[in-house]
Amino acid sequence: MAKAIAMEKDDSQLRQKQMIAEHFDRLAAAPDTGDKCAYTFVPGNLTELLRSFDVLPVLPEINALQAGMRGKSREYISIAEKLGHSEDVCTYVKCDMGMLKSGNIGPTGQRLPDPDLLLLSYTGCFTFMKWFEILGREYHCPVVMLHVPYQGDGAITDSMRDYVVEQLERKVIPMLEQVTGKSYDEDRLSECLAKSAKAEDDLVAVLESAKHTPSPIDAYFGGVYYIGPIFTAFRGTDEAIDYYKSLRSEVEQRLAAGKGPVTPAGEIEERYRIVVEGPPNWTNFREFWQMFAEEGAVVVASTYTKVGGVYDNGFRHDPSRPLETLAEYCMGCYTNLNMPSRAGMLAKYVTDYNADGFLINSIKSCNSFSAGQLLLLREVERRTGKPGGFIETDLVDPRYFSASNVKNRLESYFQMIEQKRSGG
Amino acid sequence: MRYTVGIDLGSTTTKAVVLDEGGEILGRGITNSRSNYDVACQVALGEALINTRFSMVESGLAESGIAAEQRKSLLVGLGSAFREQQYLAQLAVLERELAKLVEAASDPSLVAIVAAIIDEMRAESRSLYAAGARRKSDFFRDLAGSRYLALAETKSKESGTSFDRLVGLFDKAILAVENTPSERDSFGVHAEAAIASLSESAAELSAAVRRAAGTELEQVSSVGTGYGRQRLPFPKSQIRSEILCHGLGAHAMFPETRTVLDIGGQDTKAIQVDERGIVTSFQMNDRCAAGCGRYLGYIADEMNLGLHELGPLAEQATRTVRINSTCTVFAGAELRERLSLGEKREDILAGLHRAIILRAMSLLARSGGIENEFTFTGGVAKNPAAVDALSKLVKENYGELTINISPDSIYTGALGAALFALRDSHHGEEVRASA
Repeated sequence: MAKAIAMEKDDSQLRQKQMIAEHFDRLAAAPDTGDKCAYTFVPGNLTELLRSFDVLPVLPEINALQAGMRGKSREYISIAEKLGHSEDVCTYVKCDMGMLKSGNIGPTGQRLPDPDLLLLSYTGCFTFMKWFEILGREYHCPVVMLHVPYQGDGAITDSMRDYVVEQLERKVIPMLEQVTGKSYDEDRLSECLAKSAKAEDDLVAVLESAKHTPSPIDAYFGGVYYIGPIFTAFRGTDEAIDYYKSLRSEVEQRLAAGKGPVTPAGEIEERYRIVVEGPPNWTNFREFWQMFAEEGAVVVASTYTKVGGVYDNGFRHDPSRPLETLAEYCMGCYTNLNMPSRAGMLAKYVTDYNADGFLINSIKSCNSFSAGQLLLLREVERRTGKPGGFIETDLVDPRYFSASNVKNRLESYFQMIEQKRSGG
Repeated sequence: MRYTVGIDLGSTTTKAVVLDEGGEILGRGITNSRSNYDVACQVALGEALINTRFSMVESGLAESGIAAEQRKSLLVGLGSAFREQQYLAQLAVLERELAKLVEAASDPSLVAIVAAIIDEMRAESRSLYAAGARRKSDFFRDLAGSRYLALAETKSKESGTSFDRLVGLFDKAILAVENTPSERDSFGVHAEAAIASLSESAAELSAAVRRAAGTELEQVSSVGTGYGRQRLPFPKSQIRSEILCHGLGAHAMFPETRTVLDIGGQDTKAIQVDERGIVTSFQMNDRCAAGCGRYLGYIADEMNLGLHELGPLAEQATRTVRINSTCTVFAGAELRERLSLGEKREDILAGLHRAIILRAMSLLARSGGIENEFTFTGGVAKNPAAVDALSKLVKENYGELTINISPDSIYTGALGAALFALRDSHHGEEVRASA
């Protein structure tokens, strides 16, 4: 096991930990309080709609990644493999199945409530559908699927939007009404959406602070903490508004003081500015981050911090068009973009954030989003002229994290940037 | 004389390349990597410095005006006799280590048997290094190991002592031998003893050896690379990734190189470089070492052959058996199955060589393909069957390209590291000059 690394924590990080802990407390108490809960996904999550019905969201992906960080995923995955899930199945799914079969104890050590509803909010990943089919059989609860059209042509058309809105009106909302016994309240939804937009403004300001040299934040490893509240249960809440406001002010203070990000290697001197594509590895998260930090590599922009919503292109939840805006949000998530759009976004990040290069962390067990990444690498290299790097790890299967290999490649990659920069 | 050195600490072998201040190669040294990386580096550097002094002897002889043919014969004779002296010195260490172990075992019967084995090994040393003698390896562990085992087998039959016990003693003792670096500046001692043992010598040779032995060699900078580079006794600023070193080394050997394939012991690297030898893109094998040098090592063990015998045997194939497995261990199973089906060893071996090159082709494709000129480096580049399979597949997939393979390809990474060391030392001088 990797050595635990003591690390200075920002106030915001402690605060978000507290918020998430409180959410799990509410979930744990749900069987007693009678709060309803829905299991759903990060991409295309309909948190404001759920909140408007007082439904608490549970995100199995987040539980899986937390299990990875807490060193529980190996055990959970082996339970799922005993049940017959193959080695090639998404390790989030296997981790979740193993957790379910081990008493469904969540990241805070409390039991998660059984779902009242399975809300399949995103269909761009085929595995998600299969995942909820299995959960549906396990929990015998209603499943509602929102079919999210892929942006195959790189744009959202009116008919695509109408199609999603119609599903919300005809399928999702009636199901929520049925499960909760409450009526759809559009004013309440709009109120939540207005709150979302406020927090989104501050989140974008935080992420874009990395355009400064040196960057006050790490927009990947640090970024996953920043997106935590808004990607999970807190979009559309006052807590989220407060959190992002204080996070923004904290980052602005760092910026004013000329400070770099806090990392497992302490405050580091920025030597390389990197854009990253792909999720981090969770089982060796600190060790992985340290490999960057020790070399002075700061991630200035990442696509992973956009899987639960792309906001830096100007999109904000619009309270005046509640269902339309939810439809646009779902279709606009990073995972729903086609290859040219993804390449365009990466290339733009490389340029806008004045990056030295970009790195792809390709996920062994993610067939949906690892496909095409080599092409992406070549395309972004071609568009930006900056060197691309490629490493392979996994989400939560520790067997696929080979520290010496990853370190070797990262060092080679950073030295390659250095060599190019110094002209030989 | 001032020099810079690059050391490539690989999973199988450790290589050192010594450069003069103008960047000319003075010497190369190689040893098997072992549990103690510091010693492996010291030995490789020691060998490279010995090689450097041999170069001095060669130029000394050239200046003395001796005819080229005689010069060559003197140098070959000196080289073999020198190796024999080194072998004898290590054999003495082995003898000492074995004696310690035997004493600890307090079994008097072992004393005589072990002494008899060592005596015979000492007596054989002359024939081991005789002109035209073939050696399976130049590393003491391999050479002494194969002789010790053969002699131990005979002795155990004669005396009824357990063969495994004798092998166990060797396995322990050889570790101690390998971790005992040879005396510094042993060149002079061994070279003098070597000259004394030569039947053909010349006063000019003795003079050249004395001059070479007396030359002061001063290290001005060093750079380490390779898989074990983190363990090198160098500060971080003197460590470079093997990707960069292979790129620069290949560029130095073949300046038109644009794509480099390096197949080492446990990793395969596909590297693209620009016209200055700067790496622009690379791919490495991940999580699995199938298709690397170790794959061939495993197959050699399975077939009870020396690693260097594999390629030449595969070259005798009349057809290529298709091997489907990309896993080293499964390939071993496939090998045994094919043998049981009556396939010829050489045909199966040809298939295995093709299988590892197919893995490399996929890596090359991932790194951006193959551009002219294409340079193949690493230990596996010495294997003729691997080279044949590669040439064929390159032609099929990328057309007619120039494929460069240097006889010194195994030193590519160390050469790149030495060139980085040279740049660092020039840079240091510039900084000092401007201060």
